[in-house]
Amino acid sequence: MASGPSTYTPSNGLMRWLDARLPIVRFANDNLLTFPTPKNLNYSYTFGAILLYCLVIQIVTGIVLAMHFVPNAALAFNSVEYIMRDVNYGWLLRYIHMNGASFFFIAVYVHILRGLYYGSYKDPREVLWILGVIIFLLMMATGFLGYTLPWSQMSLWGANVITNLLGALLGTDFTQWLWGGFSVDNPTLQRFFSLHYLLPFVILGVSVLHIWALHHVGNSNPTGIDPKGPQDTVPLMPYYTAKYFFVITVFTIFFAFVVFYAPNLFGHVDHYVEGNPLKTPAHIAPEWYLGAFYAMLRAMDFNFLFIDSKLLGVLTMLGAIGILFIVPWLDTSKVRSANYRPVYWWCFWIFVADYAMLSWAGLQPAGVILLQTGVGADGAPTGFSITHLSQIGTAYYFAFFIIIMPLLGLFETPRALPESIAQAVLGKKRGGGAAAPAGAAAAPESRV
Amino acid sequence: MRKIIIAAALTLGTVLPFGAAQASTAGAEPPHVDFSFDGLFGTFDRNQLKRGFQVYKEVCSSCHSLKLLAYRNLKDPGGPEFTEDEAKALAAEAQIPTLDDAGEPTTRKGTLADHFAYQTTPQEHATLKGAYGSIPPDLSLMAKGREHGPVYIHALISVGYEHEAPEGVTIPAGGNYNSIFPGGVIAMPKPLSDGQVAYAEKEIPQTVDQYAKDVSAFLMWVAEPKLEARHRLGFGVILFLGIMGVLFFLSYRRVWRNVDH
Ligand code: HEC
Ligand code: HEM
Repeated sequence: MASGPSTYTPSNGLMRWLDARLPIVRFANDNLLTFPTPKNLNYSYTFGAILLYCLVIQIVTGIVLAMHFVPNAALAFNSVEYIMRDVNYGWLLRYIHMNGASFFFIAVYVHILRGLYYGSYKDPREVLWILGVIIFLLMMATGFLGYTLPWSQMSLWGANVITNLLGALLGTDFTQWLWGGFSVDNPTLQRFFSLHYLLPFVILGVSVLHIWALHHVGNSNPTGIDPKGPQDTVPLMPYYTAKYFFVITVFTIFFAFVVFYAPNLFGHVDHYVEGNPLKTPAHIAPEWYLGAFYAMLRAMDFNFLFIDSKLLGVLTMLGAIGILFIVPWLDTSKVRSANYRPVYWWCFWIFVADYAMLSWAGLQPAGVILLQTGVGADGAPTGFSITHLSQIGTAYYFAFFIIIMPLLGLFETPRALPESIAQAVLGKKRGGGAAAPAGAAAAPESRV
Repeated sequence: MRKIIIAAALTLGTVLPFGAAQASTAGAEPPHVDFSFDGLFGTFDRNQLKRGFQVYKEVCSSCHSLKLLAYRNLKDPGGPEFTEDEAKALAAEAQIPTLDDAGEPTTRKGTLADHFAYQTTPQEHATLKGAYGSIPPDLSLMAKGREHGPVYIHALISVGYEHEAPEGVTIPAGGNYNSIFPGGVIAMPKPLSDGQVAYAEKEIPQTVDQYAKDVSAFLMWVAEPKLEARHRLGFGVILFLGIMGVLFFLSYRRVWRNVDH
């Protein structure tokens, strides 16, 4: 599956025998050791390895937590507290798992934005990208399901909000089927636990396909031009593995800092109040990593034609995720990397700020007035609210994909591309910047 | 220019989502209190936890349970660290509801395994609700279940009761004005007054403010009993990772030393 011919020669008779029957050593050799990787990958390209690391952490801590957790509406909250208090290092396991989800999403956001910046989704990496979007969707589902397990106020009411949203789309019968009853209750918790245990392994499976697709077509790189030969690449081992050890350690330092010194940084205080179906919390907030989608949902406070605002919100939210699937065909630019696309560069960074703003807006109580301009008939302040801000944010989010991506490719004049990766690297060494003049000597790099 | 924009976009991305103030029908901002457990190296003050426990036992426990706390926890490292005998003696003071051989309700002496829970019967619930208009909540996780945690609890039971209700606010029967409590009207009557609890340590002021600080610190320990172990382990882990990070960085540089990239 690794791109390029296999470099493996079995060292003795036994290995030749095995290789003819199950070429597993050849597979490991070609994919983990000699896999040719562009030599100009920067740190943003290490987040794929970080994501695998996060998945392993979640699975390992999750399996141990599941040995102590009780998926029962009357006992779940206390069983999590029992883990925190009476299980040896249970507090550590739980804080790692809880914050691990947040760090998983930090990593996946960097990874996705890296893809949007360098045009990693373009031919021939469309399937690779789509598999990534599926993983992102599965992660959101897994994170949401996990958040319901401690059966806190936020768990219970978050579960209510999300399942009712699906009901707006698919009807009450569907919601009741999902709940296993007439409200979010014990049957809901039990099935959510079952699914929360299952989905990470589905993610693992899709990740294998994702990496298969990657190793079939090879990595993209910051120049966006394909490697032209061995002078442009290095073998994965030891070059990138050495880099991964370093970045994963740095990532873990940030992670450990939160786990040990601010374990509830990403959380909400109502997550420490046991769920009570009779008491709606003053403010139901999603987890931060779902904030942007929640903001887009709430931004739709108006009816459109025959679609009422609630359904419109759900459709907008689903559309925001769904549109990611067709990004490879929305972008018409021949040039992959934003380094050579002066206008796209701006649009991309505005998109990053826009997404951050939406994530923030989604966590705010609905209807908060940001800029007061007057007073309504009921005496409440009126003016520019969180909802208005979210509407602007939502508009840019969709415009970025539907308008900017297709049109820029047609009208933007890209900067000159270097001849090869090796040449771009040399240009940088001479202080010429990424876009070295096209005439610069493309000295082949043969030391690798 | 590019660098500035990238930095700005990233800062917006990281700071905005968390710096957001949680605006709601919140009560007044509680005045800040410095606690010994704040900060990266913070630890609990054993004597303060013991005093806080005394306040809880003599005042709050008549209304509030601590279901997640067992008497055995009183001797755990990182807590008030009573001796085993002291903890046993404290447990033995408690009357735990149980059934006798004939199946009739009776009580027995508490043991280390018992929790600070009151198996309130539905009748007792009704009485409490009738008396205070609201059932006093369990306090085990209160210090983590409210914005500002222990700082909020301190303010709620001290300065919260210091102000008269502002003009125009009517206090329903059984309610009390509290400037810190969201909504302003709380069912809990002012629980503390100066000199109410006799501390053995004479140099500690016996004031509402001090009682409130001590009981809030105690409730923080009840909510997060592994805080000290966490702070300590974190230091070692991060130090270790830091050293490993430097070594990995050097090996990374060494591996790449002959490659232009
Ligand atoms: C006379 C009974 C009584 C005593 C004694 C008492 N409380 Fe309360 N407490 C209540 C009631 C009733 C409520 C519920 C208030 C409400 O919801 O309006 C309450 C609520 C609280 C709350 C929750 C406030 C919130 O944000 O929901 C805290 C914290 C609290 N008490 C702390 C204490 C502490 C600490 C003590 C001991 C110093 C104490 N209480 C003593 C009756 C009492
Ligand atoms: C994709 C990987 C995963 C993600 C993103 C994830 C996310 C989460 C989240 C956000 C919570 C709530 C934590 C809290 O607020 O306390 C949670 C809880 C839980 N998860 Fe996972 N999880 C993952 C994998 C797993 C796996 C593989 C298992 C089991 C094999 C598991 C078992 C549990 C259990 C038992 C809980 C409840 C205990 C607790 O709340 O800490 N998780 N998960």
